[in-house]
Amino acid sequence: MKETEKPEKGNQIIEEAAQAEYKYGFVTDIETEVIPKGLDEDVVRRISALKGEPEWLLEFRLKAYRHWLTLKAPTWGHVHVPEIDYQAISYYAAPRQKKAGEGPKEIDPELKKTFDKLGIPLEEQMRLSGMAVDAVMDSVSVKTTYRERLAELGVIFCSISEAVKDYPDLVRKYLGKVVPYTDNFYAALNSAVFSDGSFVYIPKGVRCPMELSTYFRINAAQTGQFERTLIVADDDAYVSYLEGCTAPMRDENQLHAAIVEIIVEDRAEVKYSTVQNWYPGDKDGKGGIYNLVTKRGLCRGDHSKLSWTQVETGSAITWKYPSCVLKGDHSVGEFYSVALTNNWQEADTGTKMIHLGRHSTSTIVSKGISAGHSQNSYRGMVKIAPKATGCRNFTQCDSLLLSDTSGAHTFPVIEVGNDTSVVEHEATTSKINEDQIFYCNQRGISTEDAVGLIVNGYAKEVMAKLPMEFAVEAQKLLSISLEGSVG
Amino acid sequence: MNALKQYIELYDSNRALIEQQSPALLNTLRLEAREQLETARLPRKGSEDYEATDLEALFAHDYGVNINRLPFDADPGETFHCDVPNLSTCLYYASNDAFHSSATAERNIGQVVVEPFSMAAVDYPELMAAHYGKLAQMKDPTVALNSLLVQDGLFIYVPDGVVPERPIQLVNIFNAALDMMVQRRLLIIVGKNASVKLLACDHSQSPDYRYLNNQVIEIVAMQGSTVDFYDMEESTPLTSRVSSIYVDQHEGSNVLIDGITLTNGFTRNNYHVEVNGEHAETHLLGMTIASGEQHVDSHTFISHNAPRCNSNEMFKYVLNDNAVGAFAGKILVKPNCPRVEAYQGNRNLCSAPTARMYTKPQLEIYTDDVMCSHGSAVGQLDEDALFYMRTRGIGMEEARRLLMQAFVADVIDGVRLDALKDRLHYLVEKRFAGTLSNCAGCLQTCHPNKENKEK
Repeated sequence: MKETEKPEKGNQIIEEAAQAEYKYGFVTDIETEVIPKGLDEDVVRRISALKGEPEWLLEFRLKAYRHWLTLKAPTWGHVHVPEIDYQAISYYAAPRQKKAGEGPKEIDPELKKTFDKLGIPLEEQMRLSGMAVDAVMDSVSVKTTYRERLAELGVIFCSISEAVKDYPDLVRKYLGKVVPYTDNFYAALNSAVFSDGSFVYIPKGVRCPMELSTYFRINAAQTGQFERTLIVADDDAYVSYLEGCTAPMRDENQLHAAIVEIIVEDRAEVKYSTVQNWYPGDKDGKGGIYNLVTKRGLCRGDHSKLSWTQVETGSAITWKYPSCVLKGDHSVGEFYSVALTNNWQEADTGTKMIHLGRHSTSTIVSKGISAGHSQNSYRGMVKIAPKATGCRNFTQCDSLLLSDTSGAHTFPVIEVGNDTSVVEHEATTSKINEDQIFYCNQRGISTEDAVGLIVNGYAKEVMAKLPMEFAVEAQKLLSISLEGSVG
Repeated sequence: MNALKQYIELYDSNRALIEQQSPALLNTLRLEAREQLETARLPRKGSEDYEATDLEALFAHDYGVNINRLPFDADPGETFHCDVPNLSTCLYYASNDAFHSSATAERNIGQVVVEPFSMAAVDYPELMAAHYGKLAQMKDPTVALNSLLVQDGLFIYVPDGVVPERPIQLVNIFNAALDMMVQRRLLIIVGKNASVKLLACDHSQSPDYRYLNNQVIEIVAMQGSTVDFYDMEESTPLTSRVSSIYVDQHEGSNVLIDGITLTNGFTRNNYHVEVNGEHAETHLLGMTIASGEQHVDSHTFISHNAPRCNSNEMFKYVLNDNAVGAFAGKILVKPNCPRVEAYQGNRNLCSAPTARMYTKPQLEIYTDDVMCSHGSAVGQLDEDALFYMRTRGIGMEEARRLLMQAFVADVIDGVRLDALKDRLHYLVEKRFAGTLSNCAGCLQTCHPNKENKEK
């Protein structure tokens, strides 16, 4: 990432923060191809046709669409999702390619500028930072870098629509296996209309030499983004995958309903990191993205490992529970999360650890920070199946309250089905210790800087799990998002 | 299937009889209850807040309901005799859902009033009218069902400034020779700066019949009052209970509720505490020792509606065999309630492969200047501790028993009545040893032929 400031430059960060409201809130003026608003079977067929998909995928979409019609939007979350008019959304918006003949290899200069502003190292920068990027704007994957080099190792990293064309057997084998279209309302919707996303396949025994990264951006107005990510790590493979998200500032709310599916085979390891910075709405809670996402990984193999790390600072509403199904014996699930809400944001996030394999272990560390009038909830489940003997879970979820008008909530569920497993859960809620602020003040650190320092210290345990470039950006994001919340 | 339907029909066909035999005040809520039940459904297993407990199945059974208020059997006072060392209590009996007549002779001891609703409605009509049904929430179908069918209850009133010397003990006994459901109801009003210690224990005389106790308890703790409520269950494997306790706490009040389950069949305890005054203190304690097919589900909700109040919860479960334990606790701190301290703990021992534990601790906080935490753990006895004891020549079984006793000891130590504390330590020891008799729990001299058949 372009952000290369050292973490200790706290003052500078706050200074920048004071100037920048939402620095990713620009709109890129490029032509987009948008299909008309509305959703019916014809729209599903049209999306499928536009993407030139095979019959089986269209069938999958139609089944999902018909199932979606029978569902109602869930209301159990501690968030207030207003009634969404699904007919007022355009389900497909692709940046139009001006030079049709050259295909997606040639990138629109305007688009490239967008990604430069975002700090995505698309071209030469890539070689320096050694990261392969798949950028998804609105609905279509724009450019995937480093593809050839990865191909030498047999690693497949491409957009899911290309994968459908080039590796139909693989996609068909794994798509919808971890998150079936019947899973929930938004998963059904995504399965019906998903437009693009990333596909990663790491073959047996390959350790992916670089970090794979996807950047998502919603650009066009009144569109929804429904990307779908599928990651498969075959036996003994390893991959670290990063995901970043931004959107322009707009008055109206936009919908983002993604699905991420991960399959981890014997002794393989997947590390999935997210820095979510969708537009959170303005100070009065106007606008912002509804981030209603289903993420789940299946640790299918013995000794497999899946680690979720997320830094959630954006979105008006976040509804997201990256989960691990620990099916393999001795499999490991991890979840590290920092969720910061400010102004009128609402976040209901957490994880599920389903222990099915013997001696499987999981760790959950969740840090919530609430400021302004925001509501921040942790919702989690740890379930130990009767046959999953010798399992171990440790959960810690702390909440920090920065204003007396914000709320912090914890809703964990624990189910233990045998006598050899140990599950522990701890949660605390409090505000920043006044003694700490006073100490900083008397050392000449302003209250705002002090809060920034303390919050970063509080979140450090999770930040340490992020890849370095992401950690720097995430730290800045925390400070920016906190701006104006102290006083 | 709708299990509630049979009770609505029962009410409809016996409405005149039920109303005629009840104090007029009780009839005022029936219409609302009837309306609620019309649309309500009892929660099934897996629904929100009932992850492990199926009330629909529990109420679907065809229980007898004593609408005609027929007297049952002998005077329980004659078969139970209080003889606990160092604990002298004012003893009252409730047989099924009737407050037993022989005890009413002594109903006003000191200045504390203990009498059935039928008398209280005459003696204290204003107090009864001001508090009856005001805390209990009819949206809970079991509360609505209680309000629909209840015909009597027990009224306990401690006037302002009164601090009785002796604890009050209430012995609830099922003694019907048929499957039976009762609606027990308690209204406890503790005046300003008054204090009361109440010990209630549940028993079943016959292990051969299915009993269901659907009880509602409302407790009003006025300014500066202290209320200790010890609720002990010592029933049979065929006895079920759905208990809803509602508490209204005023400024500076101190309420302790301790729910102890040693033997039972199926239990659901709901605790709903509204802390409405500053500097109020709430202590909720729970201890469950379950084996066989026992099922104990406790659900607590503490709402902090005022600044500067404290709450403290600790629930411990020891589960063996096929026992099922469930705990769900929610702490709510409303906006503008700074300086609230709220702690919740739930510790559970699963000591058999088929025992199940479900736990759901929750925090919902809307004020920043608070200290709140919860902790929950499910696990086993410490292997190292067991090993250590065995190296000292203590047998495996004995070592396990000692450690389990130590595990629940801090809940027992929360009891603010020394004689009861000692007695509980003794009872728990016997419970783990499997030699607990059926009626030992209520501090009575035990019947020699009433050894718990389960053991």
